[in-house]
Amino acid sequence: MSDKKKKEKSEQGMPGKMPPAPGRIQNPGAVIKRLLSYMKEYRLRFTLVIICILISAGASALSAMFIQVLIDNYLTPLMTQKNPDLTNLHIMILCMGGVFAVGALAGLAYNRLMVTISQGIQKKIRDEMFAHMQTLPISYFDRNQTGDIMSRYTNDIDTLRQMMSMSIPQMFSAIFSIVTVFAAMIVLNRWLTLFVLLFVGLSMFVTKKIASGSAVNFVAQQKQLGDVNGYIEEMINGQKVVKVFTHEEAVKEEFDRKNEALCQSATAANTYANILMPIMNNLGNLQYVLIAIVGGALAIFGISSITPGVIASFLQLSKNFTRPISEISSQINAVIMALAGAERIFALMDEESEQDSGYVTLVNAKYDENGNITESEERTEMWAWKHPHGDGTLTYTKLCGNVVMDGVDFGYTPEKTVLFDVSLYAEPGQKVAFVGATGAGKTTITNLINRFYDIADGKIRYDGININKIRKSDLRRSLGIVLQDVHLFTGTVMDNIRYGKLDAPDEECIAAAKLANAHDFIMMLPDGYNTVITGDGGQLSQGQCQLISIARAAVADPPVMILDEATSSIDTRTEALVQKGMDGLMYGRTVFIIAHRLSTVQNSDVIMVLELGRIIERGTHEQLIEKRGKYYQLYTGAFELS
Amino acid sequence: MLKELAKSIREYKLLSILSPLCVMCEVVLEVILPFLMANIIDNGIYKENWDYIWKTGLVLAIVAFAALVFGALAGRFAAVASAGFAKNLRHDLFYKLQTYSFGNIDKFSASSLVTRLTTDVTNVQNSYQMIIRVAVRAPFMMVFAMIMTFRINPTLAMVFVVFIPFIALALGLIIRFAHPVFSRVFKTYDKLNNVVQENLHGIRVVKSFVREDYETKKFNDISDRIFRDFTKAEKTIAFNMPVMQLSVYSCILIISWIASDNILAGTMTTGQLVSMMTYVFQILMGLMFLSMIMVMVVLSRASGERIVEVLKETPDIASPDEPVTELNDGSIVFENVRFSYSGKADRMCLDGINIKINSGETVGIIGGTGSSKSSLVQLIPRLYDATEGRVLVGNRDVREYDIEALRDNVAMVLQKNVLFSGTIKENLRWGDKDATDEDIKRVCRLACADDFIERMPDGYDTYIEQGGTNVSGGQRQRLCIARALLKKPKILIMDDSTSAVDTKTDAMIRKAMLEEIPDTTKIIIAQRISSVMEADKIIIMDKGKVAAIGTHEQLLKSSPIYKEVFTSQQKGSEENV
Repeated sequence: MSDKKKKEKSEQGMPGKMPPAPGRIQNPGAVIKRLLSYMKEYRLRFTLVIICILISAGASALSAMFIQVLIDNYLTPLMTQKNPDLTNLHIMILCMGGVFAVGALAGLAYNRLMVTISQGIQKKIRDEMFAHMQTLPISYFDRNQTGDIMSRYTNDIDTLRQMMSMSIPQMFSAIFSIVTVFAAMIVLNRWLTLFVLLFVGLSMFVTKKIASGSAVNFVAQQKQLGDVNGYIEEMINGQKVVKVFTHEEAVKEEFDRKNEALCQSATAANTYANILMPIMNNLGNLQYVLIAIVGGALAIFGISSITPGVIASFLQLSKNFTRPISEISSQINAVIMALAGAERIFALMDEESEQDSGYVTLVNAKYDENGNITESEERTEMWAWKHPHGDGTLTYTKLCGNVVMDGVDFGYTPEKTVLFDVSLYAEPGQKVAFVGATGAGKTTITNLINRFYDIADGKIRYDGININKIRKSDLRRSLGIVLQDVHLFTGTVMDNIRYGKLDAPDEECIAAAKLANAHDFIMMLPDGYNTVITGDGGQLSQGQCQLISIARAAVADPPVMILDEATSSIDTRTEALVQKGMDGLMYGRTVFIIAHRLSTVQNSDVIMVLELGRIIERGTHEQLIEKRGKYYQLYTGAFELS
Repeated sequence: MLKELAKSIREYKLLSILSPLCVMCEVVLEVILPFLMANIIDNGIYKENWDYIWKTGLVLAIVAFAALVFGALAGRFAAVASAGFAKNLRHDLFYKLQTYSFGNIDKFSASSLVTRLTTDVTNVQNSYQMIIRVAVRAPFMMVFAMIMTFRINPTLAMVFVVFIPFIALALGLIIRFAHPVFSRVFKTYDKLNNVVQENLHGIRVVKSFVREDYETKKFNDISDRIFRDFTKAEKTIAFNMPVMQLSVYSCILIISWIASDNILAGTMTTGQLVSMMTYVFQILMGLMFLSMIMVMVVLSRASGERIVEVLKETPDIASPDEPVTELNDGSIVFENVRFSYSGKADRMCLDGINIKINSGETVGIIGGTGSSKSSLVQLIPRLYDATEGRVLVGNRDVREYDIEALRDNVAMVLQKNVLFSGTIKENLRWGDKDATDEDIKRVCRLACADDFIERMPDGYDTYIEQGGTNVSGGQRQRLCIARALLKKPKILIMDDSTSAVDTKTDAMIRKAMLEEIPDTTKIIIAQRISSVMEADKIIIMDKGKVAAIGTHEQLLKSSPIYKEVFTSQQKGSEENV
C-alpha cells in the first residue's frame, strides 16, 4: 500500500500529468468520428430525427414569414378593395394551421426520439467504460486519482448527454433557420442584408470578449471553490481534533478568509455570465431600430428601390437571423466541453487492458482409478492446474500452494528498482513472514505473486508452473489476500463476507465469521448479519473492519493466503484468537504474512527481514534471535520500524 | 425552510431587492420597444415620414440602451447578491459546525457534512440567482405584455386569457409527472457514483477476488435503472416544447384571423398586428421560463432541506449558563456511569462504571477490540455526555465547566489522530498558539520527537501534507503527543497513541512524562502491557464493563485476562532474551 501512496504523490507533483483543462481538445475529428460510430445503431432513428428537425425548423421559419406574407400579399391588396373577399385569406390561415400542426408534431417526435438515442448512447458508453475499467492493470489506478476517474462518470458523461439531447438538435435547427432566413433577406434587399451582417459581426465580437472574460473568472472561481471545499473537507474530517484542541476560533478565521476570496471570484464570474444575455438582447433591439432608420432612409431618399413592406418584413427577418446565431454561440461552449469530456472518456477506454497470455487454467479435479489426476465436472474439494502443451498433450498438476521466487528484480518504473535479487521458497503448509520498514518492498513481493505487476518470465513459479503461463483470474482465485487498508462495499455484513465466494450459503459465511472472531461483534450490531454498512464501514472500528475482511478471505478458502498487515488494528488478545482460528483453516496451506508487530509473525516457519528491497536475514524466530542481527534489534526494541 | 435560509442573506438584502427592481425596469422598457416599433412602421415607414422615423428611432435606441444598462445592472446585482448569500450560508454552516459535539458529527457523518457544505450550497446559490433574476422577469414580462396587448386591442388580448390557463395546466402536468421520476434518477445517480467510487478505492480487493464481472454486473444494473428512469422523465419533458409551439402557432393564427377583419374594417393597423405578434412570443416565452425555473427550484429544494437540517441541529453539548472556568486539580471520578452512543438503553457501550483517579496518577487502560476503552475516556473532556451517572473532574461534574476551559485542561491524543496541512511548528501551535520556539522544542523532547524533526531538511518548518502522509505512523503519533503536551494540561489522555512507536522510545516517553509533568494526571490506553505495567493503576475493560482495577502485581494474581495477555506478550522475550 505504502508503495502505491508514494507513487501517487510523485505523480501529483509531475507537471503535464494534470487532466487537460476543459475546452482543450487534442483531436476533435477523431472524437466526433468515434461518437458517430455509436450512432450507427440508431441510424434509422437519427435520420428520422434530422427530417423532423427540418420540418419543425421549416414550420417555425414559416411562422416568421407568415406575418409578412399576410400583410403584403393579402391585407394590403384587400385594403384597396371595396368589398374584400376574405375566403382566400381564411384558406391560407387554415393551411398554415395544418403546416404548424405538422411542425409541432415533428418537434414532439424528434424530441422523444432524441431522448432514446442520447440516453442509449450514454448508457452504452458508460457501461463500456466501466467494463473496460475493470480490465485495467493496477498501475493505471496508481497513476490516476480517484476523483479524476470519477469525474468521467459524472461531469463528462453529463455534458455529453446535454450536448446530444440539447445542443445538437438546437444547432441543427438554428443552422437551418440561418440559411433560410439569410436567403430570404438576400432576395429582399442586399444592402440591408449587408448591414445586418455587419451588426452580427459586431455582436459576435462583443460576445467573444465577454465570454473570454467570463472564462478567466470561471477558472478562478473553480480554483477558489476547490480551495474552500478542500479546507472544509480537511476540517470536517479533523473536526474531532479541532474540538479536542478547542481550536474552533482559529479555524473559523482561516475559513472566512478563503470564503471571502471565493465570493469575490464567484461574483466576477457570474457577473460576466449574467450580463451576456441582456447585452445580446438589446444589441438585437438596437439593430432593429437601426434597420428601421437605414431602411427608411433608403426608401425615402430613393437610394435603393425599397418598399415599406420590404422593410417591415426585413425587420422581422433580422430578428429571426440573430436569434439562431446567439443560440449557436451559446451552444458552442457546451459542445466544446462535451467533446473534451468525450475525449477523456475515450482516453480511458483506450487504456491498455491488463495483459494476460496465460493458458494454464484452474479446474476441479479428482483421481481416476489409476491414481492419475483428471478433470471433474462437479465441484470437488480438489483443484488442479490444467496445462496444455505445445504438442497438444494435456497435463494436470495438483494445486498445492508451492511458491518459488528465484532472483527477482523489480521496479515499478524502469529507472527505480525496488526489489533486488529476491529468492524464496514457500512449501505448502508453511507460514512465511515478511518484516521490514515502510518501503522495504514487502507489499511489492505479494503484488508480484498475484500478478498485479508483471516481471520477466520464469522467475516466479506456482506449483512448479511459471506464473506468467497461468491465467490471471485463475491465479488470483487460488490466492486469498487481506489488505491493510480494508475496503468494504455498501451492503449488508453478510454480502460483504460473501464477496469472497458468491455462492456461499449463509452458514458458510457465518462459519467464516466465527473463524475470524467477528461473529460476536456482528451479533451485537443492530441487525446482526443484515446490518447495512456504508462506504468503507464508517460505523465500525478499524479493527472490526479488519475482522470482516479476514472472514471474507476465509470464505473464499484459497490454498495460498496473503495477509498484508491484516491484524494491525486488532488487539493482541483478539489477534491470538484469530490466528488460532486461521491456523486451523490454514492447515496444509501456504500463508504469507506481512506485519509490523513482531508478535504476529513470531510463530512463522520462516521470517524474512527486508531492507531497501533486499532480504537481509532469513530464518525462524529462534534462529534470527540467535543471530543478533536486525531482527534481534527490532525484537528487543532497540530499533523502530517506520 | 425558506425562512431559515433567508436568515443568511443579511447585508445582501438591498442588492437582492435591487436586482429584481432593475429586472422590472428592463422588462418595462423591453415591452415598450415593440409598441414604439409598431409606430415606426405605421407612422414612419408606411407614411414615408423621415422626421418621424429618426426621432422615434432615437427614442427607441435610448430605450434599448437603457434596457441594456438595467439588464446588466440586474445581472451584476444578482451575481453579487447570490455569491454573497452563498458566502454567508457557507459561513453560517461552518460556524454552526464548530458548535457541534462529537455526537452531532457522528449523526451526520463527515462525508455527508462535506456534501452539504459544498455541493448543496452551490445548488442553492444557483437557484437563488435564478429566483432574483429570472423568476421575477418571467411573470412580470407576461403581465406587462398582457397589459400592452389589452391597450392595443382588448378583443384580441382575450385570446391569451383563453390560452394561458391551458398552457399553465399542460406545463404543470408535465412537471408533475416528470419531477418524481427525476428525483428518483438523482438518487440512483448517487448509487452509481458510490459503486464507481467503492470500486476505485477497493480495486485491489476486486482484482484479487476476481470480481470484475460481478462489479460490472452491479454497475450495469444501476446504469439500466438510470437509463429507464431518465428516458421516461425526459420523454415527458419532451412535451414541453411542442406544447409551447402549438400554443404560439395557434395564437398567431387566431389573432391573424381576427386581426385581418379588424384591419380591413379599419379598426386596427398592420403595425399593431406586428407588435401583437411580438407580445405573443414574450408572453409565451415567459411561461416557458417559469416552468423551467419551477423544475430547477424543485430540484434544489432537496439541497435546501439538507442545509437547513445542519443549521437547525442543536448541539447536544454546550457550556452551562454560569460555567466554572477553573479546574481545581486533575482528579477524575466516574459515578455509576452508563453510556450509549444512540442514547438507547438496550445497547449500552459502558455500564456500571465506578472509577476514582487521583490527581497526578498514571493510569493504564487495556482491553480487547470493542471493549469501549475509547468511549470511556471520551467522557472526561465531555466529547460525549454520560447517558446516566456523572463524571467528575476536579471534584465537579464536567457539565458545570465551561467547555473550552475543560478541554484546555484535559488534553487528549485521539486514536484516529490527524495532522493538518502546514508546517510542523504550525501544527504544534494548535496546542498553544503563543508557544515560543523554546516551548516547542521542550515538548518535542518530552515526546521523543526532537531527534527526527531535527534530522528533517527543514527541521521544525518541514511542511506536513494533508492528513500527515509524509511522516511515518510512529512519527505522527509523537507529533500528536507533543501537540497535546503544549497545552500544559492537568489531565493528559493518550488513546493508543504509541502503538506505532517502538518499545524503547515508548518507555522513554513515559519516563520523561513521569519526571517532567508529575502533577499531570496521565491516562494511557494501550495494547502493549509494557506501556501500562508501571502505572499506579491499571483498568481492564471487557465488553463495556470494568473487569478489574489494580497494580500490575495485583492484577497478575487476581485477573486471568490480564495474566493471559501478559504471558502471551512476554513469552517470546522470556524464552529467548
